[in-house]
Amino acid sequence: MLIEVQGMSKRYRPRGPLVVEEISFAIDQGETLAIFGDSGSGKSTIGQILAGIYPATAGEIRLDGQKISYPLRGHARRQIQILFQHPEVAFNPRLRLIDSMREPYRLFRLPYTRQGLCDYLERYGIYEEHLERFPAELSGGELQRLALARAMLIEPSFLVLDEPTSMLDVISQAQIIHLLREIQQERQMGYLFISHDRVLCERFCTSICLLKGGRLEDPWRKSDA
Amino acid sequence: MHKKLNGRVLAGLVILSVVLLVAMLAPVLAPHDPYELGIPYLRPSAEHPLGTNDIGQDILSELIYGTRISLLIGTVSALTVTVVGTALGILSGYLSGWVDRVIMQMTNVAMALPSLPLTIILVAFLDASVWNIILAICITAWTSTARIIRSRVQQLKCLPFVQIERTMGASGAYIMLRHILPNLGEIVFVRAVLSVGSAMLTEASLSFLGLGVIGQKSWGGILHYAFFRNGIINGAYWWYVPPILCISVSVLGFMLLSYYGDGSAHGRDRKEKGNA
Repeated sequence: MLIEVQGMSKRYRPRGPLVVEEISFAIDQGETLAIFGDSGSGKSTIGQILAGIYPATAGEIRLDGQKISYPLRGHARRQIQILFQHPEVAFNPRLRLIDSMREPYRLFRLPYTRQGLCDYLERYGIYEEHLERFPAELSGGELQRLALARAMLIEPSFLVLDEPTSMLDVISQAQIIHLLREIQQERQMGYLFISHDRVLCERFCTSICLLKGGRLEDPWRKSDA
Repeated sequence: MHKKLNGRVLAGLVILSVVLLVAMLAPVLAPHDPYELGIPYLRPSAEHPLGTNDIGQDILSELIYGTRISLLIGTVSALTVTVVGTALGILSGYLSGWVDRVIMQMTNVAMALPSLPLTIILVAFLDASVWNIILAICITAWTSTARIIRSRVQQLKCLPFVQIERTMGASGAYIMLRHILPNLGEIVFVRAVLSVGSAMLTEASLSFLGLGVIGQKSWGGILHYAFFRNGIINGAYWWYVPPILCISVSVLGFMLLSYYGDGSAHGRDRKEKGNA
């Protein structure tokens, strides 16, 4: 299994309520697990714990069979990335996009050339002239494609997709879903798709779980239907 | 850019440029030596445009030289207060936990202290030098900057662009310097500019109470002598009105300058134009 989660719980304050309660699931290479549920049900919390933004209060997470802990380091840090719901705040508003796109190169010590970056971004429909702008000068769809491109720069094996299409128009949604499908087919990536759109979950994902009050119901696999 | 330089900001810039020029060119602009004694209580005239004080010193020259001390204490205090307040606010807001608790306890204690009486006591116990006055002003003045910065940092650190950096393994120091600090630019600038005005007022208050820098001309010091040597009772308006005007106009200049950057963000204006 690519990712295995066992008995994971989360509370934000020491004596606060459990936002996520003893959830378990597994995602293999090339699979997409959808977690859907109402607002406030704890969907994003699960994604953010997997991406190493917050620690879990209890339970364990395994990546390629190896237990990972907060904060993510080494292999795990490189293998897990996240795409957020709001593309307009996915980039530092004070930096030109070229500078934001250089961050993964800097943090992971990847060899950088401007031409190399521009060639890489063509696939995502982003061109050199976009990179000289600030985030507020691009559309939501363009920014989300750029955010996906940034996440994929370090070639992760697992991607948390936290409602990546919910703030986009229909055409941009289709572009993102198409790109995600293509990338998954090429690289056999595992996705955790967080959404409140059941129809989209059914069309895009291999299995679906309902999250209700912080508890996860048994996954429903499309292949079983 | 032109939107940031609105009328208020321009007016502030003009006022402060004049104040700065006067401070820099004091020896050239002052018609007399401000310490030179002469005929007391002269009314404004061609030779003494703002008259003289009780020991015959030229008040215009005193005012011109007084600009230096007010501006020096105001700017150095504001710079110190802003650097300390911003650094503590960022550390407190970003690191949370025990660091936040310790810094906020310090802030609460400093905020609970009555700032002017404390400053007066400190200056009274220390020598009334420029640096001791700056120290006394700074001891309590950093607190509101730290609280405001902390709140903004707490908002910023929850935004995806910061969380993505954390996912990619960026260190806390790197995130604070590269991603948090540049996004505080407008708040830090406004706090710094307002702090200058506030520090100038505190310095004027201290000087008025006779706790100003010994042997140096300052606007508060001129007011102190006008009050304690019966300039006000005797109706010597040329003695006490000009320093009040100088303090008020300078503080107003800093207030107006604090409107710089109102409602602007990179590219937002251009995007709004494009959408129109």
